Amino acid sequence: MGLMTILAAAGPWPVKTVAARAADALPGSLWLSVAYMAIALLAVAGLVAVLGMGLIYFERKVSGHFQCRLGPMRVGPHGILQTVADTVKLLIKEDIIPQKADQAMHLVAPMFSMAATVLVLAVLPYSPVLQIADVNIGVLYVTAVSGLGVIGILLGGWSSNNKWSLIGAMRAAAQIISYEISATLALLAVVLFAGTLSLAGIVQSQADGWWIWRAPGVGLLAFIIYIIASTAEINRTPFDIPEGESELTAGFHTEYSGLRFSFFFLAEFINMFVVAALTATLFLGGWMPFMIGGLETFNGVMALVPPSLWFLLKTAALVFVLMWFRWTFPRLRVDQMMRLEWKFLLPIGFVNLTAAAVLVLFNAYFFSGR
Amino acid sequence: MDGQALVQAVIGLGLGARNREKVDRPALEVSPENLPALAKRLRQDPALAFDMLLDHTAIDWLAEGVFELVYNLYSTVHGHHLMVTTRVPRGSPVVPTVSDIWEIAQWQEREVFDLFGVQYDGHPDLRRLFLEDDWPGFPLRKDYTDEDMLRLPK
Amino acid sequence: MTVTIKTLNDLVRPPTAADSPMATQEYFVNMGPQHPIAHGSLRLVLRLDGETVRQVIPVPGFVHRGLEKMAEHLNPRQIIHLTDRMDYLSALMNNWAFSKTVEKAAGIATSARIETIRTLMAELQRLQSHVLWWGVLGMDLGALTAFLYGFRDREIIGRLFEETIGARLTMNYIQPGGVMYDIRADFAAKVKELIKYLTRVIGEYDILLSGNAILQERLRRIGILSAERALSLGCTGPVLRGSGVPYDLRKVEPYGVYDKVEFDVVIGTQGDCWDRYCVRIEEMRQSIRIVEQLIDAVPEGPHMVMKFGAKIKIPEGMHYGHLETARGVLGVLLVSDGKSDAPQRVHFRSPNFNNLWAITAIAPGWRIADIIAIQSSLDLVIPDIDR
Repeated sequence: MGLMTILAAAGPWPVKTVAARAADALPGSLWLSVAYMAIALLAVAGLVAVLGMGLIYFERKVSGHFQCRLGPMRVGPHGILQTVADTVKLLIKEDIIPQKADQAMHLVAPMFSMAATVLVLAVLPYSPVLQIADVNIGVLYVTAVSGLGVIGILLGGWSSNNKWSLIGAMRAAAQIISYEISATLALLAVVLFAGTLSLAGIVQSQADGWWIWRAPGVGLLAFIIYIIASTAEINRTPFDIPEGESELTAGFHTEYSGLRFSFFFLAEFINMFVVAALTATLFLGGWMPFMIGGLETFNGVMALVPPSLWFLLKTAALVFVLMWFRWTFPRLRVDQMMRLEWKFLLPIGFVNLTAAAVLVLFNAYFFSGR
Repeated sequence: MDGQALVQAVIGLGLGARNREKVDRPALEVSPENLPALAKRLRQDPALAFDMLLDHTAIDWLAEGVFELVYNLYSTVHGHHLMVTTRVPRGSPVVPTVSDIWEIAQWQEREVFDLFGVQYDGHPDLRRLFLEDDWPGFPLRKDYTDEDMLRLPK
Repeated sequence: MTVTIKTLNDLVRPPTAADSPMATQEYFVNMGPQHPIAHGSLRLVLRLDGETVRQVIPVPGFVHRGLEKMAEHLNPRQIIHLTDRMDYLSALMNNWAFSKTVEKAAGIATSARIETIRTLMAELQRLQSHVLWWGVLGMDLGALTAFLYGFRDREIIGRLFEETIGARLTMNYIQPGGVMYDIRADFAAKVKELIKYLTRVIGEYDILLSGNAILQERLRRIGILSAERALSLGCTGPVLRGSGVPYDLRKVEPYGVYDKVEFDVVIGTQGDCWDRYCVRIEEMRQSIRIVEQLIDAVPEGPHMVMKFGAKIKIPEGMHYGHLETARGVLGVLLVSDGKSDAPQRVHFRSPNFNNLWAITAIAPGWRIADIIAIQSSLDLVIPDIDR
């Protein structure tokens, strides 16, 4: 426990998030505050760009190897520059808006999807010193803001003036709103354990052990429910019904091209990262290294790996699992998906939450205290 | 029932069936008016039990001025085949439908209508199948001409 | 007798308030002719009430090339080229259907070697077709990896064909009087390797898709077609066998050397999509069984009993021949006037054309996603529908 916070506290500068600095500077100097906000914006924009390119390349390579082929190999060594080429292509592509489409809604829809994703990127704790904003109602904020994504999908599907898009949008609305409940119930279990809504605080609370195995059974169940519900939230197979390729051509983003299509596309991939990052933060200890109580040399070696790398590794492993799902499973039908949520995940989630409350009441964790 | 016995049995039903020559399987000919009654009997008679209409098509005999409609029947119960043919004049090719006896006839008759122009009386949904609804002419007729699409070898 | 002729517009009309008691509107969508379901250019007009399909109106004809009209001006050897292009996934079997009709009509007797080679090639092609069907079914239902596995295996069999036949898709191999090229010396060894590979790989596919709970949920109890309905609807092949009717021409009216090999006819019990799926998977295993029995027992003899330039004289009258392709019964009606080289009329009783009609009977009441599953389980190849 002590090692990470000690290291952080012993650094040459105080640990303070950019948002906190901006807030502190505001009463004194407006320009300094705006400068800090600009840094935050640039950081998020940079993160979006890098993550987008990296994740899309990762997906193409992973899917290629699952399908017994190599994936992109030509553009750059082992196809590393493929996503750059794709981005350039998408940027210079003609932006088509159907004539009978609702122009304003059609323009605005991708922004909602992108906004929902980006707003969550800003509050994730990447390491003890790297966090853009530490909102003290972190979990609540994340849940609320990720709901914005639905509006983007609904607007996109409706405004396209295309029956297939509309069907996709309606399905998406039903799906995302339903699975938000299960996801939130799973998150609440962790909030009960940690005693705080703040994401940084939740990571700190896992100093004695990650919640996935520290809370006997309940943590694991909450983890599983959260993974399933989140896969549905981000419209990935087996829940990619809203954009069910073989049924609806491209679902709600059929009529989009160029930059605004790339917003939807990027939003999906970065959502995947966000979901993986949240799972890592809440259940797998965030930036905390993997330590086994009692093995001092092992723990010493583990602590040598920088915390941001730990975060990245855990997130990457979960992203790989999500991609694995996509390339293995067929997709569910709409009513089967709804039945899964309302008749299985939700009751299990409630029971899990009650069990979590009991655990907290009796402080019945593994490895508690030291 | 094997070939000739089958043909004789059906002729013996007295529904206007005659033997049709020059076919390599049991084949009968019947006039269009008698077709529905014969078809119904062929389906429902337990000794015959032709439950599958495998194929239905038409042949254009331009020289004789008739379309010959061919129905290929099969019985899964007894394992025998039968071909039933009927002739309609090219000028006014109207024949009763058998789609109330075998459902697939509805689809196969539409194909013959589309390509030959044979009209089926009583068909629930007689529309062209492959070609557009307003296509002029019927392509599989021997006298079909189309300057853009059809160039016959000399 | 007056006959009313309709148009498509008569069926597709905008919904009115009187349509449904719940004050919802039914609407029409087009599935195809351009659609990510890579079945081909088939247009299905769906009348939908929310997600539920009320009526399916198939509009084929986008691949109609007039093969039957063309055949009226070609001699039998040239018509074989046309048969390749109907159900291209069973091209060899199409060739064989036409060849055997011509051989029966003209009285050409083939040798045992010819018939064994034909049977071997047909079964290999059946394997190829079913493996591709499996991949396409996976893709339709969302498991995109299955598509690539199916194509990979299809390539392996295709390479085998290419070495003997020279072509991968439009084979033009089985001609009246024999086969175009003899099989090579290493054919048997390569086929044995292939069988070992395929047996292992079909087991993997069972684990990957057949055992997957999501796939079973998508296919079980969906699109039920009863045996009587299937017979009345003119279905043949795995569609009919999935509904429980044991009609397989290879057993009922054996041709080639099918009467000399042992294999089972696979039938389903309920006629749902899952039964049709399992029938085809098991048929793959039966095809492997047939190939194993034949590959070492190819008798010696000529591979073609006629000279290539020889004219084929078909006597006057109607001649009919049929066989079991991967999708059902392909029949050939050959009408000759005894005088000219080209037939008076050629008609192909295509299995896909007749199986397509079943979708209008099965579909109403199911959801859009189920239509995809039903269409995949019917395994349609569009050029065969349109000819």
